Amino acid sequence: MLVQIKTLKQLFQRHRRPGNLFFATFFLILSLFLLSQIGNQTVWKSSTKFYAQPALWPIVSLVGMALFALLNWISAWVSPKIAGRWLEIQFWLRSFEYVLWFMAYVYVVPLLGYLPSTVLFAVVLALRVGYRTPKMIGFSVLMAVSVVVVFKSFLQVRVPGGQIYEWLPDFMRSFMLTYF
Amino acid sequence: MEDLVSAFGLLARIDVLVALLIGSIGGVIIGAIPGVGAAVAIAILLPATFSLEPLVGLTMLLGIYGSSMYGGSIPAILINTPGTAVNALTTYDGYPMTKAGEARRAISLAYSASFFGGVFGILCLILLSPVLAWIAPQFGSREIFLAALLGIILVVLAHRGQIFAAGMLACFGIFLNTIGLEPIKYTQRFTFGQSWLSSGIDLIVVVLGLFALSQAFVLMVDKDDSPRAQPLKGSLFSGMKELFGHKRVATVASSFGVLMGMIPGVGEFTAQFMSYTYAQKTSKKPELFGKGSPEGLIASESANNAVPAAAMIPLLALGIPGEALTAMMLSVFYVHNVIPGPQLFQNDMDFVLALYIAMLVLNVLVLIFLLFSTNLLTKIIQIPTRFLGIVIMILSFVGVYSLRNSIVDCAIAAGFGVFGLVLKRLNLPVVPIILGMVLGGIMETKLRSSMARVKTPLDFIDRPIAAILFAIIVLVIILHIRTLVIEHRNRQPETDHDLHDTQMR
Repeated sequence: MLVQIKTLKQLFQRHRRPGNLFFATFFLILSLFLLSQIGNQTVWKSSTKFYAQPALWPIVSLVGMALFALLNWISAWVSPKIAGRWLEIQFWLRSFEYVLWFMAYVYVVPLLGYLPSTVLFAVVLALRVGYRTPKMIGFSVLMAVSVVVVFKSFLQVRVPGGQIYEWLPDFMRSFMLTYF
Repeated sequence: MEDLVSAFGLLARIDVLVALLIGSIGGVIIGAIPGVGAAVAIAILLPATFSLEPLVGLTMLLGIYGSSMYGGSIPAILINTPGTAVNALTTYDGYPMTKAGEARRAISLAYSASFFGGVFGILCLILLSPVLAWIAPQFGSREIFLAALLGIILVVLAHRGQIFAAGMLACFGIFLNTIGLEPIKYTQRFTFGQSWLSSGIDLIVVVLGLFALSQAFVLMVDKDDSPRAQPLKGSLFSGMKELFGHKRVATVASSFGVLMGMIPGVGEFTAQFMSYTYAQKTSKKPELFGKGSPEGLIASESANNAVPAAAMIPLLALGIPGEALTAMMLSVFYVHNVIPGPQLFQNDMDFVLALYIAMLVLNVLVLIFLLFSTNLLTKIIQIPTRFLGIVIMILSFVGVYSLRNSIVDCAIAAGFGVFGLVLKRLNLPVVPIILGMVLGGIMETKLRSSMARVKTPLDFIDRPIAAILFAIIVLVIILHIRTLVIEHRNRQPETDHDLHDTQMR
């Protein structure tokens, strides 16, 4: 439920959430690490003006990033602690399961082909997130087929045909490779 | 006149009209579903539009951009959940009206106000075109550099309460853009000897990760939900008449929308707040605001719908995007080697006019579609959120993989997906990263090309527009510090709110 906002300050105000300090610490470490690598990862050419130096913008951005990250960390450190930090971090970590699902899908498409992989992935994920009814499984299949038809068959986006299609009879192979 | 005829010629093609229809109706549907915003949809569709002609691709994306807010008002009014971020303020007066049994009146008024704002914005854009065509060529490299810098500063300062975080994320965006082989001296920057980093990190991959995949992850990890909205009874045509009674509020709100939309990094929220405050202060019934005031609803919906047309001004005239959606559209221009900026107004005025006319037509199409299909949309709102997550993930795959069939791109997008999820959960903004990437690239190129003729630092601002832009930058910073000091003196207990959480949907 939204609350009534009365001042411009309140409108723009973004409030802290649990896990804020953890993230601020992580980002500060990342910024300092990247800043420490400037000498190794960029080049400062001796005969070039400063504005054309390849290292100029990495330096500008990383100094800015480190400075703001430090201020952000100090602000998070001195602010009252919000309960629920570890629960929140657990939530973040749970997303990695879906990263694995996504990457599995990416690896499977060139093997099984776009249409079979998408249908398989949609159904398996639907089961994984808790949909068990035939209606929802049916919707998942329908959605997967629609996505493939719209993007591959009509819009012809560049998704390679599956290796499994090579096993199909001649009359179907090129059709499947082109449209599904 | 010749350009106008030529513009109609460009539009009078079946592929452009189909793109307009798909974009506008698709945009309304996407906007109406809480959990998918225009940003998610545009991010997913971007790579697919690369194979289309620039006008076809841009018309479709503009259709989504311009129409999503219409759809977003439906769940905002009926179930108190904004369909898109910029409909958050609509819930304030829209939902109380629904509770008072006036849902039909609120929806009708929201459509009318949106239509008014949309058309007002485009008319302003058309009227301003001659001025833009005159002023845009006066923007050289240093002026564009300063305008991009102003955009970065404004996007950071606009995130009150999280300025440090917004600053570090904007700088992170600038840094991301520097990774890879740089094109001037051919040196590697932050590639750590990895060949896959040599070509840099693609903006589309980051956008798909931060906007689309992150949303898929959030929806699938979080609890399942299926919002229920009651169907509406009766005609929706009465809103226009009622809007006419509040034409002053609608005009002022739309003007704020145009003004704020033109300034990079500011956008709908500021426009809405200013018009809402104005409407409340000048109303005969200010006590009704937040409890179901039609004027409040009009102020909110007119202001946000006037923004898309205005946001096209810095993009088309200077090649500077002011927010995430126009930043994404910029990549469509680049892919087709159409460089938006002063030359576009001089050489391709018919193309610019065709975009304006397309926007005008899309507003009419959307209004007609909504007047007859609102009840259908109330059913679409009910899609369970985890199922929506699966759909977004599957669509994100097409977006990333079709770019160059790269598994590495998919892995990077998934990484940014998790990063985006963390930012969303922490109530931190994603937009500064995208604007940092785009504006950082512009600043690097423009600084290099402008400094060749600069002998002393003062030479950089010796042209009128450069001087004005520099003065604005200084003024913005001084005013911000002044506001901070005043607010610190008059401190009030803070009220936590989830306005920006809804922005993340």
